[in-house]
Amino acid sequence: MSEFLQQVVNGLSLGSIYALIALGYTMVYGILKLINFAHGEVFMVGAYAGYYSAGWLGVNGYEASGAGFPLLLALVVLCFAMGSVALLGVTIEALAYRPVRSAPRLTPLITAIGVSLFLQNAAMLVFSPNPRRYPAILSEVRFEVGGVILTNIKLAIFGVAMVLMLGLYLLVHRTWTGRAMRALSMNADAARLMGIDVNATIRATFAIGSALAAAGGILFGLDQITINPLMGVLTGLKAFVAAVLGGIGNIPGALIGGLLIGLAEQLTAGYLSPDYRDAITFVILILMLLVKPEGLLGIVRQEKV
Amino acid sequence: MSDAGPGLAAPPPPIPPLPDPPARPRWGLRALVALGMIGGLALLRLGLEAVLIEYAQRIMMLAGINVILAVSLNLINGTTGQFSIGHAGFMAIGAYAAAFLGTHLAPAAAALFGSGMLADAVTFNLALVFGALLAGLSGLCVGLPSLRLRGDYLAIVTLGFGEIIRISFNNAQFLGAATGYFGDSPAGLPAYTNLFWVLLWVVIVIIVTWNITFSQTGRSLAAIREDEIAAEAMATPTTRLKVLAFSFSAAGAGIAGGLFAHMQAGIRPEDFKFDKSIDMIVMIIVGGLGSVSGAAFGGVFVAVSLELMRDLHEYRLVLYALLLIVIMLVRPEGILGTRELPSIVRGLWQRAGARGASSGGAER
Amino acid sequence: MTSGLSRRFLLLAALAGIAGFGCKDSKSSGSSGSASTPNGPASSEIVVGHYGSLTGNTAHFGQDTDKAIRLAIDEVNAAGGVLGKKVRLVTLDDRGDSAEAANAVTRLIDVEKAVTIIGEVASSLSLAGGRVAQRRQVPMISPSSTNPKVTQVGDYIFRVCFLDPFQGKVMADFAQDTLKFKRVAILRDVKNDYSIGLADAFKAAFTARGGTIPVEQSYSAGDTDFSAQITAIKSADVQGLYVPGYYSEVGTIARTAQRLGLKVPLMGGDGWDAPDLFKIGGDALNGSFYSNHFAPDAATAKSQKFVSDFKAKYGQEPTGLGALGYDAAGVLFEAIRASGKTDPAGIREALTHVKNFEGVSGTITINANRDADKSAVIVAIEGGKGKYRATVAP
Repeated sequence: MSEFLQQVVNGLSLGSIYALIALGYTMVYGILKLINFAHGEVFMVGAYAGYYSAGWLGVNGYEASGAGFPLLLALVVLCFAMGSVALLGVTIEALAYRPVRSAPRLTPLITAIGVSLFLQNAAMLVFSPNPRRYPAILSEVRFEVGGVILTNIKLAIFGVAMVLMLGLYLLVHRTWTGRAMRALSMNADAARLMGIDVNATIRATFAIGSALAAAGGILFGLDQITINPLMGVLTGLKAFVAAVLGGIGNIPGALIGGLLIGLAEQLTAGYLSPDYRDAITFVILILMLLVKPEGLLGIVRQEKV
Repeated sequence: MSDAGPGLAAPPPPIPPLPDPPARPRWGLRALVALGMIGGLALLRLGLEAVLIEYAQRIMMLAGINVILAVSLNLINGTTGQFSIGHAGFMAIGAYAAAFLGTHLAPAAAALFGSGMLADAVTFNLALVFGALLAGLSGLCVGLPSLRLRGDYLAIVTLGFGEIIRISFNNAQFLGAATGYFGDSPAGLPAYTNLFWVLLWVVIVIIVTWNITFSQTGRSLAAIREDEIAAEAMATPTTRLKVLAFSFSAAGAGIAGGLFAHMQAGIRPEDFKFDKSIDMIVMIIVGGLGSVSGAAFGGVFVAVSLELMRDLHEYRLVLYALLLIVIMLVRPEGILGTRELPSIVRGLWQRAGARGASSGGAER
Repeated sequence: MTSGLSRRFLLLAALAGIAGFGCKDSKSSGSSGSASTPNGPASSEIVVGHYGSLTGNTAHFGQDTDKAIRLAIDEVNAAGGVLGKKVRLVTLDDRGDSAEAANAVTRLIDVEKAVTIIGEVASSLSLAGGRVAQRRQVPMISPSSTNPKVTQVGDYIFRVCFLDPFQGKVMADFAQDTLKFKRVAILRDVKNDYSIGLADAFKAAFTARGGTIPVEQSYSAGDTDFSAQITAIKSADVQGLYVPGYYSEVGTIARTAQRLGLKVPLMGGDGWDAPDLFKIGGDALNGSFYSNHFAPDAATAKSQKFVSDFKAKYGQEPTGLGALGYDAAGVLFEAIRASGKTDPAGIREALTHVKNFEGVSGTITINANRDADKSAVIVAIEGGKGKYRATVAP
């Protein structure tokens, strides 16, 4: 039983990270109907941003001396990573997606794939392909509860993910920017006619989505111990499946989808075979799209002719 | 002279002769042309092998395989407008099936035909066709459920299927799992593939795809691409046609896979991962989505440009990705758009003629 | 319209350029694809080709090997070359792809006129490239491919590392005899034939002596999450865990085991050998053992010099792969010097006679199967460092 609970705990923490990334996918798709393939790479850059900024702030010194990295500095690292990656997201949108916004749907899809490939390979050049150990921005504290081992990092993942998602929910439902995002996702032309600054709203969407992915990247690094330039490929894909599972365009759906995918992956790896842990995500995707393409919480959209 | 009385009409006009019945296809002539072409290709192969170093021959063969991949993929992505980005999975199925059957057929063929060119040719082509059939069948299985989806969702599902296929091969112990399938001997799979077979299959695939594209079926496929709902309203069997096109393009990828497998010592699931699907997409995008000749150009372009960029090996993949982005931003219709080579050549010829006439004479 | 035309002309011009580039030069006679040697002994330099994964997800393997080979060649050239001739290294990237590996070897032979090829790390890529080298009769030395099949391709293929069956048995015997283990779990990397081969060899040797493997788990190279596998292993009752993978995952696995409370020693193979192993694994690795070519504290003067030279040139310490690459080059130079021959057939012959070559990764003797007879060393990890424990002769 404790083994099962352990797998569940691990699955939920992994799933929270998927949820953070899935939010970016779901927001962008809701407004632009574009699968932002590059989002997984944005997540990876966020992890590296955390790695480097922690290094600049002397995390290794703190670790060597035994005193943990101060919480204040950890927050600084988080903010720096989120901010710089938000900038990256906005830049990608401006350079690669805005020019093709009015093109047939295939073109931006291909462009997104191109940006994703570019970021992966540029990261391998710049960061070197060797995996790196993630700095102890949070020093790990282990404790056991009923045969299940928890760490403060896993709790931090839950906590940060929840806080960020709550923040996002408030932003989308209680601010003007959020209202503009919702309007754009319902009907772009009407929103434009109502005087909404489409470009600014889209920029904000990308910025927020990327920032969330960056947070996910740092948490991922803390939990998984190593990062490498290709870490965003599979993780990004799984997060996208999570977004589809929950209902693409639907924010609580992204959270539920992420947790479910994380659980499915861990339980498959633990009880079926680790070889199928990646395949199960795709199987879920295919089943989902065949049975209920709008997702668990999504609404069926009729296609007008 | 009308010396007949009133009431007599003019004689009726003579009955025009019946037109000739439409010519029956001259199968004898067609067979002769085909044989001539095969002979020509054999001569071409001998010529190329005498002139080119092995390295260049390899690149040409890879380019030919790319052309088969691109032209097949173009049928579903370009002509029918259904975007599939997991085709590397079908290539893998074709490759493994062909390699497996080839390895197991070889002793039987050697017993029947002796160990010479004939036995190899029979084994190889049977293996290729088997690979194509299996790949086409998988295309059917994947396409039937998936082609109800539109656009981006279809793309992701095909991606998912491609990955599932790869992961399945990764776990298939009897096919070597992650280490790969190397046939029975330590020297690896027999190297059946040579310039002749590659060129022959390139010609076959291009002819068949061309005929499909410019037939009634092809027009229906294009109608599905332009506006599926309107096509359905016009009683086009959209689902059936989409699935057929999908299976067909999967079969083409299977042929390419079989050819690819027998150029290598062995095949691994790693050779057919998502990157390969992306390569195929780049091929048809560069050449022009929807154009058969464009796809052919794209296939050659990808094989050649990767080699040309070898000196920049560190930056090779980065440049490749940048190329993709730049094409999308600057000329998304690719080099040829949806036009085909013969029409371009004809257009050039006509324009050259018109220019000559107007400059030489007065305005007409 | 014009831009389309000019682009098309560019493409045609490029194709014509390739065709011209691809044509044989008039000097070389004979037909293609035959066993004609691409260059004669009269050339004033010795061209050595290296093909490896310099990009892609195993890029660090190819890059490590390449840096070490380059170091060996620079050193030899600084000392006046081999037999008075300078050595020129041509490195081609195979992107971790088997078609590219065959392409790279073909190009090295046809275009660069290499007289010997060094490569590859991954056994399946060595098989892909080896077939070409064998057919064109150019000797190939694999620095780190441990699958027995590699040298079975033909008599032009050599290697300077020990084989999986030997290494697996070394650790199995150590586990039985010294650690007195009877129940060991195995965690292998299914994406990596090195890991699969070692795991199989360990299992065969361990169970043949009465041990049991109660649980076997697997992962894929590139995975970062091992909690599922460790959790499953924890619930079985084992005394040790054999993880014959690469350092990039082993470090994380050790930490995960520590985090989840799996308190048994880990064991592994030479894939562990890299400075990053300790950076990633930290104190979670204490009490573990791995088999290797040499131990850092029992290193010979030659290997210590190699480590410091490498560090001076590249600013990082070499991994075990680097040491093997360096030795592959060293064995080649030794063969050339001993025989006085610089043509491919002559080099091949000379390589078969290499005996007791003092490399940085151990003493190498090329045996009748063109594999290396080499001793293995058991390294124990204590206090975050590797310490020599025992030597095992083949």
